[in-house]
Amino acid sequence: MDFDLSREQMDIKKAAREFAEKEFPKIARECEEKEEVPRDLLKKGAELGFVGVFIPEAYGGAGLGFLEHALILEEFWRMDPGLGQQFCSLTFGSEELILFGTEEQKEKYLPRLTSGDALMGFAITEPDAGSDAASASTRAELIGESWVLNGNKVMIGNGSLADFILIFCLTDPDNPAKSHRHSVILVETNTPGYEADKILGKMGIRAADTANIFLSDVKVPKENLIGERGKGFYQLMAFFDRSRAYVSAHGVGLAQGALDLAIKHVKSRVQFGQKLAAFQVTQFKIAEMATKVELARTLTYRVCSMLDRGQVDSKLVAMAKWNAGRTAVEVVDEALQLHGGYGYMNDHDIERFYRAAKVLEIYEGTKEVEKIVIARRILGRF
Amino acid sequence: MDVVVCLRRVPFTQEVDLEIDKGQRQILAENLAFVLNDWDNYALEEAISLKERTKGTVTAITVGTEEDEEVLRRALAMGADTAIRIDSEGLTLDPRNIARLLARVIRGLRFHLILTGAQSDDLNEGCVGAMLAEELGLPHASVVNKIELGEDVLEIKVELEGGIEEISTIKLPCLLTIQTGINEPRYVSVMGIRKAAKKELKVVTIEELSLDKEALVPDVYVERLFYPPETGGAEILEGDPHIVAEKILRILRERGVIS
Repeated sequence: MDFDLSREQMDIKKAAREFAEKEFPKIARECEEKEEVPRDLLKKGAELGFVGVFIPEAYGGAGLGFLEHALILEEFWRMDPGLGQQFCSLTFGSEELILFGTEEQKEKYLPRLTSGDALMGFAITEPDAGSDAASASTRAELIGESWVLNGNKVMIGNGSLADFILIFCLTDPDNPAKSHRHSVILVETNTPGYEADKILGKMGIRAADTANIFLSDVKVPKENLIGERGKGFYQLMAFFDRSRAYVSAHGVGLAQGALDLAIKHVKSRVQFGQKLAAFQVTQFKIAEMATKVELARTLTYRVCSMLDRGQVDSKLVAMAKWNAGRTAVEVVDEALQLHGGYGYMNDHDIERFYRAAKVLEIYEGTKEVEKIVIARRILGRF
Repeated sequence: MDVVVCLRRVPFTQEVDLEIDKGQRQILAENLAFVLNDWDNYALEEAISLKERTKGTVTAITVGTEEDEEVLRRALAMGADTAIRIDSEGLTLDPRNIARLLARVIRGLRFHLILTGAQSDDLNEGCVGAMLAEELGLPHASVVNKIELGEDVLEIKVELEGGIEEISTIKLPCLLTIQTGINEPRYVSVMGIRKAAKKELKVVTIEELSLDKEALVPDVYVERLFYPPETGGAEILEGDPHIVAEKILRILRERGVIS
């Protein structure tokens, strides 16, 4: 069993690290405070090829895999979770197009993402349909040659910035099987009836755009259906099997970043006449944190690598996502603790990392949903 | 213009507590990250930028182990055309021997200009560039911070002590050692890394250069590394910031720093 990254993968990880280390600290705190998305930085990152590396070369991507995508996101999250999240969101949902889109749809939409000329989003969550995605009630009716959409989506990444967005919506409400009632439809956000209201005051990752979306008689061509009508739920699950894998890298990156900050602090801070690092209690904490990060990293790389080899294991992906989120929350908690009172002040970066971590146990499947996925594949359904 | 650029992989030492090994002749490297020497990164950017302006080529060279190929792959990813590693074969090489090895390879290449970093971040000797120029019988200038293209010449700028700037003309072919800040090195792109995989990275052994390993005994070698002895004299000012500020002002006045 080979656990080593290839030279090319190591070079990509290093390149992403260098870009993030030089560019992110200049603006990270300001973007967080002002809740601003740095469009220039996103464009620069896209020009360097850091956006959507898993998109096939034929559609403007690097033709690499989810592992390379995860390596880049890990390094970006290590430097700043908010900017890391915003970079990730640029192609969030493109997997649906790659997996289920028509040739025309891929050619029309994917190249604009990797060039940095367009942003996308994937609108799934609704006021009454969070973990219970199959209860989504945003309606799409086929009238003549067009889909007409009505409904509300909440907490949607890039909702107010996206050029186009995928809407998980109800197309076949009368189908007896709940899992056969939904479809995925692409909406260009300049279509009349599309409105977005940017959410301010998120607990963390404030450099990333999140919005509530209102759809009022939004009319799009029939051809904007992605994949098969009524198969939206299954397509969504296939998407989660991929997105959760690289979202695990968010947790690894955040935890590594928090650990790095903690190490720097304990090696410089003196109390009781010695550096914090000299206390055995500190050494134990650092050892535990580093071990947790390495474990989360190993599982994350494994599931991403498996996806790139065509092996989809929902259980293992859910394990990676749950574990990485938990690791981030636990490691950042200890990292802030080691900072003492300074960690509670927003002129220290650890405070921003701490606020960012919790979302990793909520979005892309709450930790409880991940455990249900895992348990069902072990015990079956009850 | 065909440019040869010499690179070196060095430990990244910023914000790192360096430890000396038991033999007291080297720094413990096991926990250190390695990067392209900062000065060399500027030399590399300058080489690629000159190539782009003149439609020439860039050949990147390093002396080292397989691990050191990382800096060559970086060079190829940034835009160098070919790369050569001279296998150091476990030898400890001083600047003169590095220069001799580089010279052997470079003599067989087509070039108009050789660039090196002004110094390396690990040993800071700043010798290889000048010694390489001497080996090759080329004119050279050190610590260059601007290059303008002329007809068979380059106009170069060097910053001297006291902020004085010196502009010189140097005939091609020549060797320049490059100062940081001469340009803004580009980032490595994913596309560049992918292209680099298809470019040539050649490995040359000492034997292939018709050099005897025994003859590469360093003229200069490290006897002992040690931490400077701790000295007293530091006064730690503590307490209320206003009082501390007043104390600092008083000290500065007493020492004649301010009046």
